[in-house]
Amino acid sequence: MLTKLLSGDTPRSSLLTVILLIVLVCLAFAPFLFPGTKSLETAARICIFIVLVASYDLLLGYAGIVSFAHTMFFGIGAYGTALALSATGPSYVSLAWGTLAGAVLAAVFALAIGLFSLRVKAIFFAMVTLAVASAFAVLVSQMSWLTGGEDGLNYKIPRELTPAFKLVEEKVLDVRINGKLLAYYLVFFASAFLFLVMLRIVNSPFGRTLKAVRDNAFRAEAIGYRVVWYRTTATVLSAVMAALAGSLLAVWLRYTGPATTLSMEIMIDILLMVVIGGMGTLYGAVLGATLFILAQTYLQNLMGIASEATSAVPFLSTLVAPERWLLWLGVLFVLSVYFFPSGIVGRLRAGRA
Amino acid sequence: MPDTLLSLSGVHTHIGPYHILQGVDLLVPEGGVTVLLGRNGAGKTTTLRTIMGLWTASQGDIRFVDHVITKLATPEISRRGIAFVPEDMGIFTDLTVAENMMLAASNGPIDEKRLSWITDLFPPIGTFWKSSAGTLSGGQKQMLSVARAIIEPRRLILIDEPTKGLAPAIIKSMTDALKELKETDTTILLVEQNFAMASSIGDTVAVMDDGRIIHSGDMQELVEDTALQEKLMGLTLEVHQ
Repeated sequence: MLTKLLSGDTPRSSLLTVILLIVLVCLAFAPFLFPGTKSLETAARICIFIVLVASYDLLLGYAGIVSFAHTMFFGIGAYGTALALSATGPSYVSLAWGTLAGAVLAAVFALAIGLFSLRVKAIFFAMVTLAVASAFAVLVSQMSWLTGGEDGLNYKIPRELTPAFKLVEEKVLDVRINGKLLAYYLVFFASAFLFLVMLRIVNSPFGRTLKAVRDNAFRAEAIGYRVVWYRTTATVLSAVMAALAGSLLAVWLRYTGPATTLSMEIMIDILLMVVIGGMGTLYGAVLGATLFILAQTYLQNLMGIASEATSAVPFLSTLVAPERWLLWLGVLFVLSVYFFPSGIVGRLRAGRA
Repeated sequence: MPDTLLSLSGVHTHIGPYHILQGVDLLVPEGGVTVLLGRNGAGKTTTLRTIMGLWTASQGDIRFVDHVITKLATPEISRRGIAFVPEDMGIFTDLTVAENMMLAASNGPIDEKRLSWITDLFPPIGTFWKSSAGTLSGGQKQMLSVARAIIEPRRLILIDEPTKGLAPAIIKSMTDALKELKETDTTILLVEQNFAMASSIGDTVAVMDDGRIIHSGDMQELVEDTALQEKLMGLTLEVHQ
């Protein structure tokens, strides 16, 4: 049953299984285990980024396609939902069609980019996606009458998903059972569902062919597979998944702007999360996204504590001063890529005896 | 005389600035093994790759079962029933043996009976079913490569130097497997430098030099006519005997 749910793709390492279970339990019970707004924000962000990073891994790790347009698809999903909600009011209907429209638009864009440029060499495809994504980001910031420009969009979501809505008057386990909690579980279950769908995709005959195409495109052609078709389909699937993750973010934040969805910084973060977690395995996306976002959110606090603890030592306390957190984040990445060249999952799987 | 399954007439192939095939005329009769001989650089591999559509012929016609396939895309040619076992084995090293086999069975699940026939032909396929194909030895990779080509019945199999770089014991088991495959009425076009092997398995033979076919006929005739062998192939094949 469980194996079937995971499409037969088990973690294949006991340590990895334990870590994944810890992540799952922490995310599933995040509102109760880690009360507080900031930790709930972090948990929701982790859920959404797991989907986003997994969808990128579908492209990079399974199909071997380097794309820089992933945040564009993420943004299309987010803006689809955001525009629908601001234009037609906070109803579930507008939420649904906005999400659908975003996903469809992302699919159409991906199809067009794929058919135009997947025939050429990988480097050209990467360049084309970079150009298209940059153009899209400029377009969004210029069309401020529609998108709110750099300020982005603030909008209302259905009342049942907002903190104002109280499901139960009393606190349960010291936690308010309100709309925010419902919104979190919407994000959590939607992410879990999308992740399982992607796990199904990569373990299907389609996923197997993708890996063959990545391994050697000529050989795949020689045994009868249309490589362009497989690459384009992978691009479209990954774009749709990214758009759906974008919609989740739009609902969760009740705000959509270029900085939260379209920026190059997010693109690079996604790339790092895939590489740190391990390419070509969706479980890598889980670990990569979790570790990266935890580090991004809490490293500064951690360093604040470290800096105070070492305040007696002059040089050391300056070195770990909270404002230098980006430096240390960088050091962490360099180390992780150095010690786990095949990602954390690759390392854990290789290490099993 | 059996029907012609594949025919090349006046095929020219250019690779970049090089004019490799300079008018190849070749008939492959249905059923049986046709061996393509010739020294290194004669254009044997290019001929196979041109048939497969991996290089496009700049001139001439390639016909397969009465259809011109010269300009078709490789996947389309493959779907018409031609399988290709390239010289570099052409297996997917990142995938398991099982995955390699499943990929080749493009018409659905693997036929169990055929698979057990194949694992009898090539025992390592069964033994290393779950292993990564990249970890196999050279001989095992070659076996996988051939096994993959025959996982579904094909009308024509192109095999490029299956014995290249293999140990004598493995050459023998490869030869035995190809002989058994021949019994199933599969047509094989085999490129081979090892004349001993080629003559033991071939029915018809074509000899290439400088991008052309310079001799074609019965294998038996060539085997008996040592003077012709000498003339056609000089010393290059002698050393292999």
